[in-house]
Amino acid sequence: MRNARQAPWALVALTALVALFMAAPIALSVMAGLVNNYSVGLQSGFTLRWLGEVWENYGSTVTWSLTLALLCVAGNLLLGVPCAYALARSRSRWARLFEELLTLPVAVPGLASALALILASGQLSSFRQSFAFILVGHMIFTLPFMVRTVGSAFQKDELRSLEEAARSLGAGFAQRFLGVLVPAVLPAIVAGSLMVFTLSVGEFNLTWMLHTPLTRTLPVGLADSYASMRIEVGSAYTLVFLLVILPVLWGLQAVGNFIEKHHGT
Amino acid sequence: MALELERTRVDIVQCAKTYAGGARGLHPTDLAVEPGEVLALLGPSGCGKTTLLRLIAGLEAPDAGSRIAFGGTDVTQLPIERRGVGMVFQHYALFPQMTVEGNIGYGLKIRGVPEAERRRVVGELIDLVRLTGLEKRRPAELSGGQRQRVALARAVAVRPRVLLLDEPLTALDAKLKESLRDELAELLRRLHITAIHVTHDQQEALAIADRLAVMQAGRIVQVGDGETLYRTPAHPFVASFLGRVNRLTRPTTGLRSCIDLGGLELPLPPGPDCDAWLVRPEDVEVEPTVLGQPGWGHADVTHRSFLGDRVQLTLDVPGQAPLRADVARDHAARAGDTVAIRIAPHRLMPLNDEAHAA
Repeated sequence: MRNARQAPWALVALTALVALFMAAPIALSVMAGLVNNYSVGLQSGFTLRWLGEVWENYGSTVTWSLTLALLCVAGNLLLGVPCAYALARSRSRWARLFEELLTLPVAVPGLASALALILASGQLSSFRQSFAFILVGHMIFTLPFMVRTVGSAFQKDELRSLEEAARSLGAGFAQRFLGVLVPAVLPAIVAGSLMVFTLSVGEFNLTWMLHTPLTRTLPVGLADSYASMRIEVGSAYTLVFLLVILPVLWGLQAVGNFIEKHHGT
Repeated sequence: MALELERTRVDIVQCAKTYAGGARGLHPTDLAVEPGEVLALLGPSGCGKTTLLRLIAGLEAPDAGSRIAFGGTDVTQLPIERRGVGMVFQHYALFPQMTVEGNIGYGLKIRGVPEAERRRVVGELIDLVRLTGLEKRRPAELSGGQRQRVALARAVAVRPRVLLLDEPLTALDAKLKESLRDELAELLRRLHITAIHVTHDQQEALAIADRLAVMQAGRIVQVGDGETLYRTPAHPFVASFLGRVNRLTRPTTGLRSCIDLGGLELPLPPGPDCDAWLVRPEDVEVEPTVLGQPGWGHADVTHRSFLGDRVQLTLDVPGQAPLRADVARDHAARAGDTVAIRIAPHRLMPLNDEAHAA
């Protein structure tokens, strides 16, 4: 007899089907990056040649992407967290308007935001040609995610009380912001940082417009390899992406879970 | 006791609060709290009690012309950080990432008190509020009562001039509330600090405070000790808010110097002249009927509820609204019975708005 806790077979089958539907392209892509000739298939034999080629041509994009993502998180912490606090405490109409404005780059196509950035500061050639230019683009795109996540945490009534409690005990603004409020919203900050990191690593739209041949990120390199190289190289690149990004994401997620668990609200 | 706290007098003079939208949170109010006294601000939600507390705390700015003084020093313009108040918040507002010790010692740390001194004071307070052994716990790992004690210890650690408590027991369930109420009252007595305590629960106010200020619609209606307010309320609102009341009316025609209580002509007590009187359910005497007994009126029991420690009867008295009476647990009256009732005239409280205004 079937246990009530066991799912009906139809549901199991459906889940398996969806899983297959999602996993198959990835598996195929990974396979394509490891075989000698994709059009021949597995019979052509396995090789690590393509992976080596990718690492030779695009190895630097991996480092740059990770560095950019980390800088983007750092920038979001410095700008986004205080901004989230200010917006959460302000009752002014302008603050609401600013909040809407901040979210705009998420809705507006990345190409348009990038074009605006190029128009605004494309003349500053040393800035235009550096990774800082891409960093600014990524910041504009990711800031709303940090501000929204942390802002809603700051808006809670408990946080207001916490701040008032700290004030009643004599704490000045800097003391209570860094000593009480930021630690109290740490889970939200960690969640926001993870989101920002992920978005920055995978960002293509904006970056594609902002990059120069010397400032390429991982997704831009991926597009380049798909467009200009053998399908096996592009696929091997995907494999590199997965191998590099997945452990980093898992690691960050584990750190986030650890903080959340030991935080105890 | 090692922790000697200052006893400060609090003077509130013509203190008012008008919100940005024009709504009056508090009408101009005068109130004095004696040094070392525990005063309760009591009233229903929206009566202005929390607004008044926040004005005293310095969390809100009062209207121009208001004055708040602690022990003769004008603190009206001081922000809460420099006012020297300790505050216990409704849901305690303990810092979640800090331990019990960290929470209690926070104010001292902010003031730059040296580590050794801080440890000593925190240790002393932990003993005082009986949290020994829980020093390293975080607020999430404590029970409601323990959290409340941490909040209290944290507030008094910095030796505030005045202690403010904002509905400190609302976050607890009813059973726990009662035991913590007595514990809080006892702690406040031991600390001997001037304390202002906001609550909507009259039992809590009576148990904890030396004096009560009953508030309604942004005004203090009456100030006094609990017993005086309960026995001789100056305002019907005070009578009905502190406990329960019945309303008796005197006949509009005929004999106007008496209240008709089921055949009993109840003489009105001397004092202000008014049309309606209030009487508490426990002041209605109910006896099984003995026909023809002088000095008693008659009523029918329409409903009987057993409340554990007492029985509440609803009585139908000709010429009056249904009358509630509290009688002893073993009282013989049952629904449908006819009973004899009587009220001692001095138990009647005049229902007169002008008496209050004068």
